[in-house]
Amino acid sequence: MYGRDEKVSPIRLTAVQYIVLGIFLILAYGLWRLQVVQSDFYANLAEKNRIRNVPILAPRGRILDREGRTIVDNYPSFTALLLRDSSRDLTLDADLIAQGLHLDPKEVKDRIRHFAASPQYQPIYLKDDITPDELAFIESHRNELPELDTIMAHRRLYPRNGFMAHLVGYVGEVSEDMLNQPQFELYNPGDIVGKSGVELEYNQVLMGKNGSRRAVVNSRGKEVQTLEDTPAESGRALKLTVDLDLQIAAEQALAGHNGAIVAMDPRNGEILAMVSRPTFDPNDFAVRISHDEWAKLVNDDDHPLLNKAIQAQLAPGSTFKIIMATAGLQEGIAQDMHVVCNGGATFYGRYFKCWVTAEHRVHGVVGIDKAIYQSCDVFFYTLAERLGIGRIAKYATMFGLGQRTGIDLPQEVSGVMPSEEWKIRNFKQKWYAGETISVGIGQGAVAVTPLQLAHAVGAIASGGLLVRPHVTKPQDLPSNVIPASSVPDQVRIPLDPQNWEIITDAMANVVNPIGTAPSAHLQGIDFAGKTGSAQTISNLAKARLGALGKSKFKDNGWFVGVEPRRNPEIVVCALLEEGEHGYLAARTVAQVIKAHVEKQRRTPSKIAKGSSKVEVGAVWGDADPDGSDQGAVHAGRLVLDLPKERLPLATAAPGVN
Amino acid sequence: MSRYISFRDFDWVLFIFVLLLCVLGMMEIRSATAHTKFAGAHIKQLYWIVAGIGCMFMMSLLNYQVLLERVHWMYIAAIASLMVVMIFGQKYLGARRWVKMPGGWHFQPSEWVKLILILAVAKYFADLQQRELSWSDFVKAGAIVGVPMLMVLAQPDLGTALTYIPIALMGLFLGGLRTRQALAVVLLAGLMMPLAWHGLKPYQRERLTSFLEPEADRQGSGYQVIQSLIAVGSGGIWGSSAGSQTHLSFLPVPQTDFIFAAFAEEHGFVGALSVMLLYFIVLMRLTQNAQTAPDRAGTFVVMGVVAVLSFHILVNIGMVVGFMPVTGIPLPLMSYGGSSVLFMFLALGIVMNVRMRRFVN
Repeated sequence: MYGRDEKVSPIRLTAVQYIVLGIFLILAYGLWRLQVVQSDFYANLAEKNRIRNVPILAPRGRILDREGRTIVDNYPSFTALLLRDSSRDLTLDADLIAQGLHLDPKEVKDRIRHFAASPQYQPIYLKDDITPDELAFIESHRNELPELDTIMAHRRLYPRNGFMAHLVGYVGEVSEDMLNQPQFELYNPGDIVGKSGVELEYNQVLMGKNGSRRAVVNSRGKEVQTLEDTPAESGRALKLTVDLDLQIAAEQALAGHNGAIVAMDPRNGEILAMVSRPTFDPNDFAVRISHDEWAKLVNDDDHPLLNKAIQAQLAPGSTFKIIMATAGLQEGIAQDMHVVCNGGATFYGRYFKCWVTAEHRVHGVVGIDKAIYQSCDVFFYTLAERLGIGRIAKYATMFGLGQRTGIDLPQEVSGVMPSEEWKIRNFKQKWYAGETISVGIGQGAVAVTPLQLAHAVGAIASGGLLVRPHVTKPQDLPSNVIPASSVPDQVRIPLDPQNWEIITDAMANVVNPIGTAPSAHLQGIDFAGKTGSAQTISNLAKARLGALGKSKFKDNGWFVGVEPRRNPEIVVCALLEEGEHGYLAARTVAQVIKAHVEKQRRTPSKIAKGSSKVEVGAVWGDADPDGSDQGAVHAGRLVLDLPKERLPLATAAPGVN
Repeated sequence: MSRYISFRDFDWVLFIFVLLLCVLGMMEIRSATAHTKFAGAHIKQLYWIVAGIGCMFMMSLLNYQVLLERVHWMYIAAIASLMVVMIFGQKYLGARRWVKMPGGWHFQPSEWVKLILILAVAKYFADLQQRELSWSDFVKAGAIVGVPMLMVLAQPDLGTALTYIPIALMGLFLGGLRTRQALAVVLLAGLMMPLAWHGLKPYQRERLTSFLEPEADRQGSGYQVIQSLIAVGSGGIWGSSAGSQTHLSFLPVPQTDFIFAAFAEEHGFVGALSVMLLYFIVLMRLTQNAQTAPDRAGTFVVMGVVAVLSFHILVNIGMVVGFMPVTGIPLPLMSYGGSSVLFMFLALGIVMNVRMRRFVN
């Protein structure tokens, strides 16, 4: 019944065969195109797929104090993440994971859901910088939770509570702006670099060289084979000139105040301590600072990120009188100058008060020494009038005011030393003689940083040796990173020894009962200095603001002190913002000086310990060839090299039997 | 009649080539899944193949002419089963394709509906005696395939629904399609295009757009397409011994629809071309069987199998080489999956059936 004669058209059957052949040829062409023509292209893509360059992050170098004690260290920080093995339903484990990592289970589930659509090789990051017990949880649940894993990175461990934060600085991910600068051009996005302070200045030393590992990974990002392993080179440790003991003393001395302290060895410019308040905790930056926290730091009126030791430009007040005295004495004007202070004087038709009127006293007859230890304004008004702004500016500039000291820290500011040219240049106005009078007591347009003040006063106390401050010793640095500075390492400013004595003796009297800061006196320590109270706004403006102005714009208290008074080993400058009186700042400085001296007395002097030469006196006679006693007797001083193992002097010195 | 039936007339050549493809498929499944949670899939595949071969022999013993006699009942059963799916089907991944059977079995009727359609179309055109197709026959033939196709499309299962089309086209073509009717088919397809686009689910549209521009969404829907292209391309001429794309599981679920990509990566252009040659031999052998069929119906039945097989190969390999969108159509004989294997062997069983009766009448 089916056996019909009518066969299906053989032509059409053949046609079907040709169609099938056509299809196969097209498909074969497709294969040929992919596998023969574009094979290299796809092989390359496959390579990119499976070969992953895993950077091995180099730990940054540690930052040490001058005695090699660690200030900044690294710690291994672990980030918890989820590898997304498709065979597991991650949401089922979410509760256990959340419990172990102290997270909200809902949040964990939300994250898993949120990343469900993204490719499998991207892990889900759960928590940065997990605690040891969270790490222990992950390690102990390897079998139950194979998807839970960690990655390790070295993070910076800074001292707590913002200790030394401004000097040390902080690190962060390199920014787009930084990458465009020539000195950062070799860095890659994501690199952790110094962002401020020493971390920024010596980033090149501290930053290590990242290593890398070429590994074969599967689609879930799991490494299945390592091809090549270049270990990371960690950064070099950086030794600072800072003395941790002194830094602690300075931090404690400034506790409860806003302001800054900087301590320096004026003989060599080594910064021994540097504090700025208020402060911030750089550890907050070490992980990932939240937007709110950052905004809080940046918008704070007290500018916690500002290193006031080098970045606050303020009127120096009476501390400037040391510069004035130097100028006056060197110019031969101040030696024999005597003024009568009746609480004020009139210059150019305007009455200028002396601070002493506030205590309902007068200074009476004042010479240069009393003018310094009693900080008599009338004397310095008169001296300023006689010197004129030109000579004042000359000496101030000579001692480094109005220009950067050249310290090896980023973003130092220059301050302002006004002069006639300065005024014309900046305000297109002529200098008024009356302005000179205010400059004479460190008011008016004069603005200095605490470091500049320490730098200048330290130089004067050292008899005119102005040394560029620095926080690292050049010999501790690799040869290729000595920071270039346009400021010379040291300048000797000729200073008459007599003048030097007058100034330093008067400074020593400042902390005596006759001075302005007797409460800062240190028994048995040759402590000298100069107080300063600088108005933050003019008296006129303050009067206009009334009570509010009085409380808000309190005077800044300054003190710059040295020990000993001549050729000091240390100079300390303290700025107490709204500290009202210089004597409060003097006490602050006294604490630091005391800490320094006590430490020096506990440990043997550096010269005795560090020197490899010894100077000896010797007497000897000529050794006569015939043994007679006729020869002349010679005496002299010899400088001998000390051998490593110390020999008795008797055998070391020649000619002494 | 049965004394003429002998396994000597069984197409052993065809059978050997089919087995060869099955073995290559199994080996590739084994290699591709070795490091995944699907490891051991090739053993399951082997069970399916053995079961399939059993079905094939049983099918070859049944007289296809008897089957064709009762094809209208089968057709009604097919429509009914599709309706059962529509009403009682298990919803899985947004589609209703399976019916849960007692004993934990999942039954997907759309596969065996394919087989019934081959028979139904064969019967319809075999009964027509004209050299040329009338318009009413044209519409009726279209309806035979169209109704179940729309039902499968509604599940939704675009891939399987599309496999019904070549059955109809093959029937129409061999049944004496006229040029004007051919134009109508083309026109109809052209008109359906925007309509079909409108009716597609978002994920289906995504598949199509990602096919046209895989780079647009590298990590999303374009991921499979790109990884498949990389797998095939990196295979080169002789294959990449590392087989990285597949073995490192960049190619997702390689054992099913992308088995050819895995094979092409591991064995290269030479290997892939050899497999295509095997398929081509199988298809040519089938066409030859169609020519020697004892009657019109036999020819139609065998050519229906050819149509389905060619379409699967075209769409699947086309997808792997980037000529076709991802539609979820497996590569017959090689892809892992019971339904696919069973269908192929049942279809081959019918072909053998036709061949073994070639000397009848």
